[in-house]
Formats: sequence, structure tokens, C-alpha cells
Amino acid sequence: MTDRSERLPDLGPRPGPAGSGRDDDLPQHVGDVIVRTEGLEKYFGDHRVLAGIDLEVRQREAVMIIGRSGSGKTTLLRCINFLEEPSIGAVEVDGVRVDADPLKARSRRHQEQIRQIRIRAGMLFQDFNLFPHMSVLANCIEAPTRVLGVSRDEAVTRAERYLEVVGLSEKRDEYPARLSGGQKQRVAIARALSMEPKVLLFDEPTSALDPELIGEVLNVMEGLAHAGTTMIVVTHEMHFAEEAADRVVFMEGGVIVEQGPPEQLLREPQHEATMRFLRRFIHR
Amino acid sequence: MATQSDALGRSQFLERVRKAQARSRLSFRIWFALTWIVLVGGLVFALWITGNIDLSFINEWGPYVLGGAGLTILLCVTSIVFATILAIFGAIARLSGNPIINGVASLYVSLVRGTPLIVQIVFIYLALPQLDIRIPAIPAGIMALSFNYGAYMTEIFRAGIQAVPSGQREAAQALGMPEHLVMRRVVLPQAVRIVIPAIGNDFVAMIKDSALVSVIAVQELLWRAQNVGRQNFRTLEALLIAALVYWILTIVFSFFQERLEHRMARGDR
Repeated sequence: MTDRSERLPDLGPRPGPAGSGRDDDLPQHVGDVIVRTEGLEKYFGDHRVLAGIDLEVRQREAVMIIGRSGSGKTTLLRCINFLEEPSIGAVEVDGVRVDADPLKARSRRHQEQIRQIRIRAGMLFQDFNLFPHMSVLANCIEAPTRVLGVSRDEAVTRAERYLEVVGLSEKRDEYPARLSGGQKQRVAIARALSMEPKVLLFDEPTSALDPELIGEVLNVMEGLAHAGTTMIVVTHEMHFAEEAADRVVFMEGGVIVEQGPPEQLLREPQHEATMRFLRRFIHR
Repeated sequence: MATQSDALGRSQFLERVRKAQARSRLSFRIWFALTWIVLVGGLVFALWITGNIDLSFINEWGPYVLGGAGLTILLCVTSIVFATILAIFGAIARLSGNPIINGVASLYVSLVRGTPLIVQIVFIYLALPQLDIRIPAIPAGIMALSFNYGAYMTEIFRAGIQAVPSGQREAAQALGMPEHLVMRRVVLPQAVRIVIPAIGNDFVAMIKDSALVSVIAVQELLWRAQNVGRQNFRTLEALLIAALVYWILTIVFSFFQERLEHRMARGDR
């Protein structure tokens, strides 16, 4: 683990200067707010999946969201970059603020704002979703060249840098079909990093992996967290959360029940629901 | 000792079963081939024994009829290309949330699928001149075939686009790609791979349907066969040649299409 983090790019100094007006109990290294959700609600038909989520994630902060399936954690993540259109509330990513407005969801202006959020928030999926018809390198330079307008040379340089971060430089010309699940997810991380986003959103990134392949992906993620990458991770990996998180958020029934530093939330939860949920993991 | 001989007996038994299965597969193939040879041979013999088959006519006009195969292939290759382009746009339009675009595309599909191909061919060549739109026979034939197959293939492409996993679209959107890039760079390339076997299938079908353009005097296989057959009162021989050529063409292209399908099925996911 330690040898990997030495290869990581400098994504910002770790003990950052404290921003003005911060709460005193925030960790020293975090900066300004990058992601903010305000009163976020999501209905599927009559069913309320998110019941008013107010979440702030600061620069260089690694936030892990835990909770049983159906608690709304994945929906929250997908609402942040509008893969699900929230029903009520607002999302702000790196200063781009979009109000939920299902009635105007198809309007050009709204779509363009959403795209601005997506450019700033990289997303990792449970089943990787690499483009199977493109090589690893092509996967990584596609969006930077065509969305950001980065030159091909610059995009290739970037892609190679981030492929090295995930330890897959030698696979740059392979096609996804020839990679293991763990390698696919690491390429997906390199692809997301190649956009140089302000925050990475991980949606259960190891849930589709064979147990022996989970470690290599978590190692990369932990390295990124320690290097100061802002990230929001929906996960079931409690050990990983304990190691890599600055803050753990416990969700149930579409609301944030409790949040705090991992040692506090995972060791001494304050709420009954959190205790009940964590009890299942104690004897693992 | 006993177990060893048992094991030996078992392996010998399994070997016998394996050989028997191989023999039965081989004999199936032999009988299958023999059936074809006997049936085709019998048919040829029956025709020959009537004494009505003029071999010198076949010798004399065979090459001329065969020459039409080139135009048939040209018609089909050109038409399948245009039809594919039409189908891609048709499919995107059929999936569009815009009611006007969607309406235009579904009217096109409904209209083409609801009228006979031969009516479309004759309409373009013989009816449009009344509106001062004059199109020469070969382009008219290509237009009709493209238009017709484009509509059927629109539905194929629509299914192909829908068969691309939704995660692919989401991944592209999450990278900030605008809708046209998502379609052009991520969804379509994968949809095309999915529908290529079906396009091959349609190509083989089109080889046969292209015979219909003979009605507007495009000098392809069937037109040539009918022409020389009528002139020499040898329609039987002429049509036999044409039918044989169509048959061989479809066998050849089906062979390629099956191989392509096989390669696609191996996949690269």
C-alpha cells in the first residue's frame, strides 16, 4: 500500500490551509465545499427513495456512504450527477448549481448544466462499463479529447499518467475483454481521472468483483484517498471505510441517520439503526 | 486387480461408444449428401429425358444471362449500403423523444412495410414521371430497394441500439458526453456489431428480391433470362439458368454471412 501511494501524482498538499468559517471538528487537510446537496428528494412513482438529503463534501475529503440495500445510498450518488433526476432539491458541484426540476428535465439549458456537473464529477460503476469496442488507452482519451477539447498528445500523456497510478501502464493497448474484473475497474478509475474531475463518485465499485480481486481496487482507491482525492464512495467494505474514510455517512430509509469520523461512527455509533446495521459486520 | 480390469473394461466401453457416435455422425452426412445428389440428379435427368432441353441454347445464351449477375450484385451492394444509412437514421428517429421526428420515421416504416415492393419499384419508375420526376431505371431500382430494405432494417437497428447495455450510455453520459457523442461514439458502434449478422441476412434476401426490378427493364439476371427466353421460345432453359445463378449467389453469400455471424458470436466483450 505504501509503495503504491508513492507513485501517485501530487493531487494537492495533504494538510491544507483551513478555509475560513469552517467547523472546528473538520479534519485539518480538507478545504472548501466541492459537493453540496440541499434537501434532495427522489421519488420513484409514489415511493420516496430519498427523503431530504443535505450533504456537504469538502475538497480532499473521502466520504464513505454505508447502509443496507434500499437505503437510498446508490440513488443519492446517482442524483449527484443526475443519472437519476432528483425530484426536489438542488445539487452543487464545484460551483455549478442545478435545481432539481423534473418538469424541465429535457430542456437544453438544464441538460447543459447537468453536463457541466458531470464533467466535474467522475463516476465509477459497479460493473465498470468500459467501452468494449475501444482499447484501454482509447477509453481514457475519448472524453478528454471530445468533451474537454484536450489535444490528443496531452490526453495520451494524461491517460498514461493515470494508468500508472492504477498500475496498468502495460495494458494500454489491450481491449477490456482481455482484462480481469479488477483490472477493468482500475482502468475505469484511470478513465475517470483522465477527465481530472473535482470529485470521484464510486457506486459500490467492488460489488461485482470476485473476492480475490477486490483488494487491488481498494488499494488504488485508498492510495487516491491518501493522496487527497475528493471522493464519495458507496460501499459495503467496512474495513476499507475504516482505513480510508475521513467521514462515514450511515443512511437508512432515504435519510442520513448519522455521520462522523470512521472510528467514531463504526466503533461507537449513537443511533440504534446504525448499531443494528453494524452488528452484522462485527463478526466478519 | 479386479478394480483395474473394471477400469480397463470401462475405458474400452467408452471408446466403443465414442466410435459408434462418430460413425453415426459420418453416416448422417453421407446419407444427407446422397439425398441431395439423387434428388438434383433425378431432376436433371427427368428434364433431359423429355428431350425438350436445348443444350445449344444454354451454350449460346448462358454467358449472356450470367452477365446479369454482375448487375444484380451491384444493385444489391449499393442498395444495402444506402439501406443501412437510412436504417441508422430511421432507428435513431424511431427512438427519439421528439414526436415529429418519431412520427416521420414511423410513418416511413409503416408506409414501406404496408405496400408491396413491386408497387414501390413501379411507382418510382413509372408514376413519378407524371410529376416530372424522371429517374433512370437502375437508380430507380436502387432507390426502391434501399427505401424498402431501409424500413425493415430500421426495426433491426432499433433493436440493436436497445440491445446495447444501458450502463454503456450511462458511462458515456457520466463522462460529460453530449447526447450526439454518446450515440455516435459509444452506442452506435456497439449496435452495428450486434446487427451485422442480421444485415447479412437481409443482403441474401435482397439478392432474390432484386429480381423484381426486371419489371422496369433493368437488365439484371431475370430480365436477361426472360428476354432471351422469349425471343427464342426457350423460357424453360433461360429461367433454369437464372434460378441456378440466384441459388448459387445466395449459397455463396450465406456461407460468408454464416462465417461472419460465427466470428461475431465469439465476441470481444
